[in-house]
Amino acid sequence: MNIVTNNKWIGQRTIRPDGVDKVTGRAAFAADTTMPGMIWGKVLRSPHAHARIKSIDTSKAEALPGVKAVVTSRDIVDFPLDKSVMLGIQDMRWMCRNVMARDKALFPGHPVAAVAATTEAIAAQACELIEVDYEVLPWSIEIDDALKPDAPILHDFMKFEGKPSNIAGRLEVKKGDIAQGFAEAEVVIERSFATRPVHQGYIEPHACLISVAADNKTTIWSSSQGQFMVRAMTAYLSGIPQSDIRAIPAEIGGGFGGKTIVYLEPLATLLAKKSGRPVKMVMTREEVMRATGPTSGSRSTVKIGATRDGKIVAAQGTFYLQAGAFPGSPIRGAVGCSFAPYDIPHVLSVGFDVVSNRSKVAAYRAPGAPIGAYAVECVLDELAEALKMDPLALRLKNAAKEGTKAAHGPVYPRIGYVETLEAAKASPHYNAPLGKLQGRGVASGFWFNAGGESSAQVNITEDGNVVVTTGHPDIGGSRAAIANVCAELLGIDYRRVSVLIGDTATVGFSNLTGGSRVLFASSIVVTQSTEKIITTLRERAAKIWDIDPDAVKWENGAAHPVSPNAGQFEPLSLAELAEKAPSMGGPIGAGVQLNTVGAEGGFGTHIADVEVDVDLGIVRVIRYTAIQDVGRAVHPSYVEGQLQGGVSQGVGWALNEEYIYNKEGKVDNPGFLDYRMPVCSDLPMIDTIMVEVPNPKHPQGVKGVGEVPLIPVMAAISSAVHNALGKRFYSLPMSPPKVLEVIEAKG
Amino acid sequence: MTEIRYLAPQTLDEAIGAFAAAGSAGRILAGGTDLLVQMRAGVVRPGLIVDIKKISEMIGIEETADGGFRVGAAVSGMVLAEHPRFGKVWPGVLEAINLIGSKQVQGRASAGGNLCNGSPAGDSVPAMVAAGAMVTLQGPDGRRELPVEQVPAGPGRTNLKPGEILVGFALPPRPPGSSDAYLRMIPRTEMDIAVVGVGVSLTLKGGVCTAARVGLGAVAPTVLLVEAAAHALIGSRLEDAALEKAAAACSAACRPIDDKRGTIVYRTKVASVLLKRTAAIAARRAGGN
Amino acid sequence: MAKVHVTTTINGEPSEFLCEPNDTMLDALRGPLGLTGSKEGCASGDCGACSITLDDRLVCSCLMLAVESEGRELRTIEGMAQGEKLHPLQQKFLETAALQCGICTSGMLMSSDALLRRNSQPTEEEVRYWLAGNLCRCTGYDKIVRAVLETAAEMREQGIKEAAQ
Repeated sequence: MNIVTNNKWIGQRTIRPDGVDKVTGRAAFAADTTMPGMIWGKVLRSPHAHARIKSIDTSKAEALPGVKAVVTSRDIVDFPLDKSVMLGIQDMRWMCRNVMARDKALFPGHPVAAVAATTEAIAAQACELIEVDYEVLPWSIEIDDALKPDAPILHDFMKFEGKPSNIAGRLEVKKGDIAQGFAEAEVVIERSFATRPVHQGYIEPHACLISVAADNKTTIWSSSQGQFMVRAMTAYLSGIPQSDIRAIPAEIGGGFGGKTIVYLEPLATLLAKKSGRPVKMVMTREEVMRATGPTSGSRSTVKIGATRDGKIVAAQGTFYLQAGAFPGSPIRGAVGCSFAPYDIPHVLSVGFDVVSNRSKVAAYRAPGAPIGAYAVECVLDELAEALKMDPLALRLKNAAKEGTKAAHGPVYPRIGYVETLEAAKASPHYNAPLGKLQGRGVASGFWFNAGGESSAQVNITEDGNVVVTTGHPDIGGSRAAIANVCAELLGIDYRRVSVLIGDTATVGFSNLTGGSRVLFASSIVVTQSTEKIITTLRERAAKIWDIDPDAVKWENGAAHPVSPNAGQFEPLSLAELAEKAPSMGGPIGAGVQLNTVGAEGGFGTHIADVEVDVDLGIVRVIRYTAIQDVGRAVHPSYVEGQLQGGVSQGVGWALNEEYIYNKEGKVDNPGFLDYRMPVCSDLPMIDTIMVEVPNPKHPQGVKGVGEVPLIPVMAAISSAVHNALGKRFYSLPMSPPKVLEVIEAKG
Repeated sequence: MTEIRYLAPQTLDEAIGAFAAAGSAGRILAGGTDLLVQMRAGVVRPGLIVDIKKISEMIGIEETADGGFRVGAAVSGMVLAEHPRFGKVWPGVLEAINLIGSKQVQGRASAGGNLCNGSPAGDSVPAMVAAGAMVTLQGPDGRRELPVEQVPAGPGRTNLKPGEILVGFALPPRPPGSSDAYLRMIPRTEMDIAVVGVGVSLTLKGGVCTAARVGLGAVAPTVLLVEAAAHALIGSRLEDAALEKAAAACSAACRPIDDKRGTIVYRTKVASVLLKRTAAIAARRAGGN
Repeated sequence: MAKVHVTTTINGEPSEFLCEPNDTMLDALRGPLGLTGSKEGCASGDCGACSITLDDRLVCSCLMLAVESEGRELRTIEGMAQGEKLHPLQQKFLETAALQCGICTSGMLMSSDALLRRNSQPTEEEVRYWLAGNLCRCTGYDKIVRAVLETAAEMREQGIKEAAQ
């Protein structure tokens, strides 16, 4: 559904520039890299959920033949607890303790030491020789347990309302007067929900290869969503200046937010520095599941009130999110996004950040928002039922539009939420009949999106083609979209545009890949760079023709006089001007570094059909449509891909994914066998409808798309199950034993 | 560092000699889909790996003169599926073996390995039990045969004597009107360990069930042969009352645990549901014979 | 511990390497053989990113000892294209965006190729169940399944055309 239809490349399904390498196995992911003299690093991890570390004796490990270096927390720069040092949204006080335990191990899997040796086997054996004296302490993992009055307190400094607590923070968003709102309401639904922690599930474990020379010059290849973040974090934690560190982003095998922080890089850097050898570290799947950040488990209560005509007058949400060992659960997403699709006069949305003895959470695709939306959208479904309204009609009646003041602050410009609802209503899916034991549910969602820092260089090669260097790792096909943008502006075939991702030494500062911002931000700087180049090309043509540059236009890959009045000249192509460049003032290229602004939020509405095997409690998703306002689909296939991928993660979160703990507080399912992500046969085709309401503040109208797709899924499925069975569910996952229990419960 | 050796003998005697000599440090390698995972997890650290896939008796499939089958212990599910007749005669045994893991796993995993791994949830075992398979074991003291249901001793344990290797399975000849089926409950559509597995083999004559065997997996420390369920089916026309009685017998036989894959309550209910469904499929197939 | 010397054939070429007896084939491919196209996602046979064929049989290379490849024929992702000429599945994956991050792609292609060699006319359900051992977290499988079905149809048409000539 392209609004602008006369584009040559924007909106076309071109072949991605990095594609051939990926289908032939040539693409270099971090674990594929090698260097001469390379040795292997391994991490020793705490077996205890909570323990004071009284002493660590590494002497036997150091004496093992083949061991070249050992690192403990003494080697890592300390960030004292009394001073917050922020790097983006991460507090270095927690980062330095997360990459390696200092005085306390706070979760099973918490690193306590690291070893580098000539083989992986020797490094692993050396880890077993390290003697750690632990004083085991009581622990709590679940939010309820962490909030009990006698709960073990993880951090001595942490106080809430004057008392020692595991509550690390509180966030509130408010609009109007909530008491007044509920006083006006005629129908009120209040429900409580629970969700389990779930992992981003990237198939590629964390990996890095790091070389440190005697003068501290450091080269890092790593699987990460931000090479500048890797450089900065590693610099902070190792003490090596940023200017001495070159962080190169390898191809990344999935991240979804989980690779927006570092785990291995600071350790491998210190091991490489101490040993004088390049050090490679690759996590096993088990390490990924035990020791990297999933997203929070949660406890939420949502109360929504409406008048009988279906107008929502009051909405209140209280969201407790599980941070893991250190503060930083994504309460901002839960608190800010959950009510954002709606125009509600009175809103109170509060989030609590709760620490407990599990690994520190990391971002996961619209962090916090799926948790909040699950609760809110399920309550809206019950409200629609109580009001005898169609669930889409209820949302249409209360939909945010241009001019709506969102509870989280902004006044919306022209947005596309209503369009997603109407597309849902009109879709063949919504109007298809349902069979026995089948049900249909709908839900919506919102994500802030972002702009932020981005850099690009665009250079014309001597033979008249284009090289674009961009600053963000590509996790969704951004290189393909950038090629489309640049080719469109220059009016040349997209295959003449090569798009590369630079490293910290070769491209200007670019903020991390995440937040649904890569195409938004990078296409702004690529556009501006390309426009500068076009200006130069016009000036050079003007010089050749001896006319005013204003009399030259650039079209279809060549300079032309704007009109016959300007003169009769044959067009000058990009190749011709490139060839003449050395004698005309030099190479043609431009770079732009900006802190981009103008990002607009994303809205989506999903329709899910399920079928339930009522004797076994098994829910299957049999049909799914994801509808989203994408602004402008520069490369439709990769936009569709974001929608489909987010849906599949949501299906897993809704039905089968969860962390399971044993009696010692350890993860009992740290692998793909029992951490059950959707497999190919679990899913139907996932239909997508891309609504395009272009972002007026962006040169191509782009809005971020990557994160919204996960947000509505769990509520859509939960509501679909209710539609099939007449029973409501208030916790995730809706795994078969739980579904069967609800089916068989009386009443 | 533990020394580790790999041996791929051509004969059974060679294999037994080396395996017996290695004592508790020896491990048999068929498809490797359990052993390699356990080695990688550090749960098993063998000193000697004996690869049995070069021994012809272990990798062969033979139809005996009386219409039975002898299936070598190391035959992979994929190879068994490609046999022109096996799947027609024993569709339940075949589908059970080929529900283990993925297509990649089925290219390697064997019924022998599945049985000897001793998991109460191994998919092939309830079907083999229902089929009335006999296993051939050979060790330093010679060869012997055992009903398949006597092999599992508990989670991760078998009744094989030290130095004994499972050589193969013998499946009996089938009277006309016989067939079998295997169903399992898993939360996804593939790739999970069975929460409950049921194998039913039966013979129908004129619509009446004249013989039946029921194997029940993942609900006790070993796979169970549920004779009470079979008795409920034999002599009936598989009408609802008979199926209910057989299903109840399965639930009654359950002695499951609560673990990361299922609860006691859930497994007990599911055993009964699956019995009915599995018996119905076996009956439909038998009726077609 | 003395290493074992193994002689095998990979992608039609004779190959030899040294390994420990307990190294997996995936370890050998990614290590001494320098064939890093097969990926390690789990090392326990649950994700399929390491899929190769062993004497034409689709297997997880992480579930096979490297020493078992002695005298056998292996195919990996590196052997799928013929020089510059991509296999129809590879070409289709590119055209239909049946990949995002690409980490599962080697395994998906090996697995899909194995399917089409056995069954040139798979249904959607057959494709989905065949690929159940190949995890993908980025795409939701939709475009992958479509790519396999479309390629199967095109290859059949080509086969019919070639047979007719």
